[in-house]
Amino acid sequence: MEAEAFEAGDIDIAWCPGCGNFPILKALKQALAELDIDPSGLVLVSGIGQAAKIPHYFRTNLFDGLHGRALPPATAIKAANPSLTVIAESGDGDMYGEGGNHFIHTIRRNPDITNIVHDNMVYGLTKGQASPTSRIGFKTPVQVAGVFLEPFNPLAAAIALSAGFVARAFAGHIEQTKDIIKKAVTHKGYALVDVLQPCVTFNKVNTYQWFKENCYYLEDSHDSSDRSGAFNRAIETKRLPLGTFYVNPGKDSFEDNIGVYREDKRPLYERDVDLEKLGALVDSFKMVG
Amino acid sequence: MSGKSTLHESDVSIVLCGQAGQGIQTVEFLLTRILKIAGFNVFATKEYMSRIRGGANSTQIRVASRKVSAPVNRIDVLVALNEGALQHVAARISRETMVLAEKSVVGDEADLGSSKFIDVPFTETASEIGDKVYANTVAVGTIAGLLGVKLGDISDYIKRFFSAKSSEIVQGNVKSAEAGHKIGRELAASGAIDLDIAADTQASDEILLNGAEAVGLGAIAGGCNFIASYPMSPSTGVLAFLAKHGSDFDIIAEQAEDEIAAINMALGAWYAGARAMVTTSGGGFALMTEGLSLAGMLETPVVIHLAQRPGPATGLPTRTEQGDLELALYAGHGEFPRIIFAPGTLQEAFYLTQKAFNLADKYQVPVFVLTDQYMIDSYYNVPSFNLSDVRVEKFIIKTAADYRRYELTKDGISPRGIPGFGEGLVAVDSDEHDEAGHITEDLDLRVKMVDKRLKRLEAMQAEAVHPELVGKSDYENLLICWGSTYHIAREALAELARDDTALLHCKQVYPLGPGVADHLKKARRTILIEGNATGQFGKLIRLHVGIDVHEQILKYSGLSFTVEEVVNRLETLLA
Repeated sequence: MEAEAFEAGDIDIAWCPGCGNFPILKALKQALAELDIDPSGLVLVSGIGQAAKIPHYFRTNLFDGLHGRALPPATAIKAANPSLTVIAESGDGDMYGEGGNHFIHTIRRNPDITNIVHDNMVYGLTKGQASPTSRIGFKTPVQVAGVFLEPFNPLAAAIALSAGFVARAFAGHIEQTKDIIKKAVTHKGYALVDVLQPCVTFNKVNTYQWFKENCYYLEDSHDSSDRSGAFNRAIETKRLPLGTFYVNPGKDSFEDNIGVYREDKRPLYERDVDLEKLGALVDSFKMVG
Repeated sequence: MSGKSTLHESDVSIVLCGQAGQGIQTVEFLLTRILKIAGFNVFATKEYMSRIRGGANSTQIRVASRKVSAPVNRIDVLVALNEGALQHVAARISRETMVLAEKSVVGDEADLGSSKFIDVPFTETASEIGDKVYANTVAVGTIAGLLGVKLGDISDYIKRFFSAKSSEIVQGNVKSAEAGHKIGRELAASGAIDLDIAADTQASDEILLNGAEAVGLGAIAGGCNFIASYPMSPSTGVLAFLAKHGSDFDIIAEQAEDEIAAINMALGAWYAGARAMVTTSGGGFALMTEGLSLAGMLETPVVIHLAQRPGPATGLPTRTEQGDLELALYAGHGEFPRIIFAPGTLQEAFYLTQKAFNLADKYQVPVFVLTDQYMIDSYYNVPSFNLSDVRVEKFIIKTAADYRRYELTKDGISPRGIPGFGEGLVAVDSDEHDEAGHITEDLDLRVKMVDKRLKRLEAMQAEAVHPELVGKSDYENLLICWGSTYHIAREALAELARDDTALLHCKQVYPLGPGVADHLKKARRTILIEGNATGQFGKLIRLHVGIDVHEQILKYSGLSFTVEEVVNRLETLLA
């Protein structure tokens, strides 16, 4: 399948020229095309922010919900109809700040969805405040003396929570990012892809150049099945490793565990309530027999 | 029983009181079922403290030959199981109250208010059988014996109830129930207590359940197949009920990390074709209000069971109030339509919850089922639910390639497609959006979208559930109630026996159908009864019907009204 299948046509894109969101959009379209995922069987779920507008620049089903709240509906969409491919995508403020609690518990719940986080270490749409991943010392109109909160480490958190798939990509590398997204989408269970990206307007520190100088790929010899090894690589902060940190393919997904699909694979909308069974349940309240 | 008015001749109010952890709820569970099986009409309501051990909890069980579905202040028989129990209900003990307790347990309290104290060796009997924890079961046997229940019926049910336990525990409980039964029969034979209640053949064919179960059954009948919620008293029973029956009815029941996740999951589920609900209480619902607004913008259906308890904030977690009507009415930023049901009976809790799913799907709006702790935790027998008229009405369409989720239509309802069903794409957006569901800042289109969303209210209003009038239609005084006060107001009115006074029960409180205004206009005097401090339904009536109610009977202590309270207030008001 060609990436054109996902082209939204003549639309006005609200991103700044040179924004790191553009290459992520391109990598995602290519990844999904190479995986032959039909737009009608795909749902992109997002929250609010510049990154969260990505579903609108796609020809697909979309649920563009509230700030920080992409993961709960994404989980439920997959649970209601497991034949859909579900991707929850938003920015670092949305997923790790406002949605932090959902991030933790979605990993524990392990729905078969892909979570792509555009991580530019700054709030763009609200004009330049610190995000949970802003580095120490980063000055903003609110953090006037520089950030002093410990930056949130999404990879280390995800590995600590035993997420089934944990990876980091860099928007400047479309080809590698596409490959990582393909692995994440095909992974059964929750998959996190934290994508480092520059914000050309509000982050003058973590630029394309900065990421190029401060990122490197995990060696081919990295053992992604070794959880504590993966954790050690995730807490490297001087230079940031890229690639697939940790994979555990053996975990049951949320849809495996909830039971309703054990014998019957039909999505919920195709099912009807068994009134005869309900009649028997109502009758059981007669308390006789 | 001597000294009672004729109305109570075949209606006895039994109160059991003990501390948390002492098994008062087990006693209530066992007794209501044993009495139901024996063919009595039964009503039970409990009041309990927000703690796991200690304190004082009580349950009232009314047993009657006619149907009873409301609490009374009166205590005919009091079973006090610990020190402090008598003190806890002292204000309700009268000279006529028969107190059954162990003097060695209740001590000086034995003299509180009542002149009819009977020393019953609940604990002593239990200890002789093997363990004083059986004292509760002795009490169950005693009450059942006093009411003339056959010993076989009692021991059969006790065996059923404890079937998962060891044979030692089963035997201990059976023996305790038998010993209690003997005590009860001897007390009856001695003439010390005479509880001569006739069984009702109709009752044995009825069902006995509580509000949480009625809402849960209604949800299943409405085609509910997804519930996400966060535990919060008193709403959790519905989540537990649907979880318990999930495998039989293909229901996904998920305990969310918080109420925010819960309602957002419910919206995602509806978006993908499920029929979803949340169950919550005041503070939890407060967290859901952002998601409620999202439902308004996405035009995604959702059913919200809101079981009220006293606030603000944590308030009284295990008590009751009707204080969140205005919260349900105004929750959520922005303007969008909604429906609020307020069932007054267990039947209405079932049928209105069922209907809530159909209306949510039809109009693509949030539909509330507003109950409260009193209704959720109270048991009584009602005719079995009629499923022959139950229809799960689905409004999902198969999409065509050019499908637009928010197509502008005459009635404001855009046919609702779901992803993966048809050739179209389904885009929903919390931003203002165009017909295809994409972000827009076209301000002319914004106006059209607001109008479209609000337009649906007209049809919703036309379809509003009519209020129920109890009494003669040529009334002068009209008592108005909503939600759980229905049976209490109804029994009070019956007791009052006034030809000039009727009761109007509003089971849909928003939007109000035209029937409400017509009834109110006919009355010379209107009296509102509701369980809050500010008369919230009265304010709603003033706003939407343009009529000021004349009088208000309000209660906000954390307990439901009792029949006598309403009778007394009405007698004063109508004097």
